[in-house]
Amino acid sequence: MRENILEIRELKAYYKILKGDVKALDGVTFNVRRGEILGVAGESGCGKSTLASTLIYRKPPLKYISGEARLLGQDIMKMPEREFKKLRLKNISIIPQYALDAFSPTKKIKTFIGDLVSEHGIRPNKKFYDKVAERLDMVNLDPSVLNRYSIELSGGMKQRIIMIISSILDPDFLIADEITSALDVSSQRFVANLLANLRDEGIIGSAMFITHDLSILYQIAERIMIMYAGHFAEIGPTDEIVKNPRHPYTKALLASLPQVGIQYKDKRLTGIKGTPPHLLNIGPGCRFRFRCPYRTEKCEETPLREKVNEDHYVSCWNSKNIGSDNHG
Amino acid sequence: MGKYLSKKLLIYLITFFIAVTINWAIPRFMPGDPISILLSRFSGLEGGREIIEGQFVQSFGLNQPLLTQYFNFWRSLFAGDLGISIYVFPKPVINVIKEAIIYDIILLVPAIILSWIVGNKLGAYSGVNRKADNIMMPFFYFLTSAPYFWFAVVVAFIFGVKLAFFPISNAYSSTVQPGFNLPFIFDFLKHWFLPFLTLFLVQLGGWAIGMRNMIIYERSSNYSKYMESLGASDRLIRNYGFRNGILPQVTGLAIRLGTVVSGALLTEIVFSYPGLGYLMLRAILNQDYFLIQGCFLFIVIMVLAANFIVDIIYMIIDPRVRLSYSGEV
Amino acid sequence: MAAREFWKRHENLYFALTNKKVLIGISIFTLMILLAIFGPALTPYSYDEFAGEGYLPPSKDHLFGTTLMGKDVFTRTVYGLRSTFAVGFIAGTIATLIGCIIGFLAGYYGKWIDEALMMITNIFLVFPLLALLIILAAYLPYRGIMTISIIVGMTAWPWTARAVRSQTLSIKNQGYVNLSRISGISVFRILREDIAANMFSYVFMVYILQFSGTILAAVGLEFLGLGPTQGVSLGLVMQNAVNWNAIQLGLWWWAILPGLVLTILVVSLYFINTGLDEVFNPRLREM
Repeated sequence: MRENILEIRELKAYYKILKGDVKALDGVTFNVRRGEILGVAGESGCGKSTLASTLIYRKPPLKYISGEARLLGQDIMKMPEREFKKLRLKNISIIPQYALDAFSPTKKIKTFIGDLVSEHGIRPNKKFYDKVAERLDMVNLDPSVLNRYSIELSGGMKQRIIMIISSILDPDFLIADEITSALDVSSQRFVANLLANLRDEGIIGSAMFITHDLSILYQIAERIMIMYAGHFAEIGPTDEIVKNPRHPYTKALLASLPQVGIQYKDKRLTGIKGTPPHLLNIGPGCRFRFRCPYRTEKCEETPLREKVNEDHYVSCWNSKNIGSDNHG
Repeated sequence: MGKYLSKKLLIYLITFFIAVTINWAIPRFMPGDPISILLSRFSGLEGGREIIEGQFVQSFGLNQPLLTQYFNFWRSLFAGDLGISIYVFPKPVINVIKEAIIYDIILLVPAIILSWIVGNKLGAYSGVNRKADNIMMPFFYFLTSAPYFWFAVVVAFIFGVKLAFFPISNAYSSTVQPGFNLPFIFDFLKHWFLPFLTLFLVQLGGWAIGMRNMIIYERSSNYSKYMESLGASDRLIRNYGFRNGILPQVTGLAIRLGTVVSGALLTEIVFSYPGLGYLMLRAILNQDYFLIQGCFLFIVIMVLAANFIVDIIYMIIDPRVRLSYSGEV
Repeated sequence: MAAREFWKRHENLYFALTNKKVLIGISIFTLMILLAIFGPALTPYSYDEFAGEGYLPPSKDHLFGTTLMGKDVFTRTVYGLRSTFAVGFIAGTIATLIGCIIGFLAGYYGKWIDEALMMITNIFLVFPLLALLIILAAYLPYRGIMTISIIVGMTAWPWTARAVRSQTLSIKNQGYVNLSRISGISVFRILREDIAANMFSYVFMVYILQFSGTILAAVGLEFLGLGPTQGVSLGLVMQNAVNWNAIQLGLWWWAILPGLVLTILVVSLYFINTGLDEVFNPRLREM
């Protein structure tokens, strides 16, 4: 078993607003191992981006409630902000959702990178910029982009540069938040492969790839975690998740997608009826029960996380009844 | 870059053209026939009558077609001929203005630059420090709401009359010999200080309020979030925000130059400071229309020149304009 | 949808009514209006009569003291305040209207209309308006409050036009307006139903700023002796004070109090405006 870089236990983080709590991340448990890319998928609003924010950038109204998140053994939720600052970029880093808008318009790329690493006590000298140039070469960019302003760069260039910046200090854990959503199909593949390359080269220790696009995850993720409305739904090796989903939501999600690697010749694509519940002051119970075809009375209780197979966990009272019909 | 400057220049040229045209048209087309009022006033001036009438034939050329009058007006303008002043008869208006405009520059340039810098710094501080914000903001609102001349009166009363630290009229005492000598310079600075302080303080509020809001906006921008996610210190993020927040503040400087100059004119009146404002008041009181028009023209030129300088500065500090990625005019 | 819209409005109203700045601003502003309306009835003097001895500091009989010649400063101030409010309302309205119309046309139609209108706007913007006002007013031998208001209003609109233009641009490109345009709905209906509804709060804030801006511009003119030729105005009171060396003679009540009233009025408008800004821009509320 490889070492766990990140261990999340029952993590809860709510948005505290005037009218109450928006329970956007409500008890999620998982690990990220060294050398692994973990895919996180779900509809928009399922809490995947809240998970990213909770791990690296919490700002009001988002508040940590309970649970733990251990990064290399240290609980980063209870760590003083000053300490955690030192871990960022070096141990934990993020490629944000808004990568195309993550540059200050009045600073050259070079200044931006230099200022950021200086904050971590690294002198942006020639040796450092040589390393940056090497990395840029990895993503087919000329070192001359360093002397440019963000307005001079195309969207694809910005995305690649942000990936280089976020991984410049070889972080152990990198959060890639919807990094392919703003791109066209061919750039999506490039960026996804790039993430895998960074891992293969040992530049990043591990990654969490957040997306709503399961087909990309199938290509690069070792394991996939599915979230629904702030709850953990299912986690397992990619093949297992795709071929043998045990959570009704995972099933519905797979059914609603065209090609995830399996033949759907005989099957029609189906959408998921209904919309996710509002998370404001939401009570207990399985959050998928309003849309679930397998719903029973038991579902009024919040389901527990159960092991169904090696490495495969699911939170569903009826998981035993599900899964057989996909084998055929 | 070229497009940005040429567009600006075009606007300034048109503005100048309009200003001159207004100058030419107003005495001719305003109701109440101001020219005949003028003529009747001149008849009372001893000895000057012939000169002034000659002046009239030349610059007004009332018996010529309007278009010819208009061209003649431009011609004499380029020859530096703005007519003869009545208030300081028979000095040419251009000379009267030349002597006065130095005082405006001495007053305005330091006041604008210093209040812009200090105001922005204070505003940036206020934008990140809640305590400072609560204390300073009402004060800034008060400063920016005060009419320049009223604030000048308050400053004059407190520092000039109650505390008697500074003189409150004229540019220097009649007892000192103007020139490059220490007593004169000291005396000059003493007279200069209160009008300067007025202009400095009233503007300060506006800059501080503007920068405070800019900092708050920048702080919630995506690049700030990104930097914080990567462990950048508050100080660095603040510096980045300040650098970006400065841009609209420079544009704001261009927009407010007119108001600041107007404020200076009124402030000069309170302190009898012999710049264009004070001169203009004298001209109005003496119905010295040539002088009023001359002052008007030079105020326009002064504001346009200042605007142009601000444009160049803006171009230097905003890469978007420098690299022609944005046509913001 | 309609219910949500309704609720949203109430949220803003809720924030407005709980915003300290808005409340303070509105209270002071109301007080000033009451002073302008009822002030003249409260004082036994008329603004031009010699109401008592000269050189009297503030007292029960003369709240703001008397001038060198014995006119009652309080009486002159409240009458001046009336004229100031009149100028603010008229000139502020004119400037807001012109600014909104030009800004909207430029932003909505774009292309050469935009270019031309923005050119005009920018010219007005760089023009030193006080100088222009002076030269206009100097040649008008008789000036009423209306004349002054029109002159001030006609010159104060440029920044409003620019601001409204960029607002229009951003709203125009939002989905629902595009939808209305494609469906061939008339410009006036789009303006009324889509754009005006969304810009109402913005225009209201612009109006507040124009109100205070035009007041300040008019007072500047009055101070130069170019205000209304009849009656009394705050600027005129202050001009008299300066001309009669009130500061040097220690008559601070004459030189300072009328201007203080004006400044407090402008501060109250500023408070309302900033408060509303916080209400409409939650980002500023975070502070």
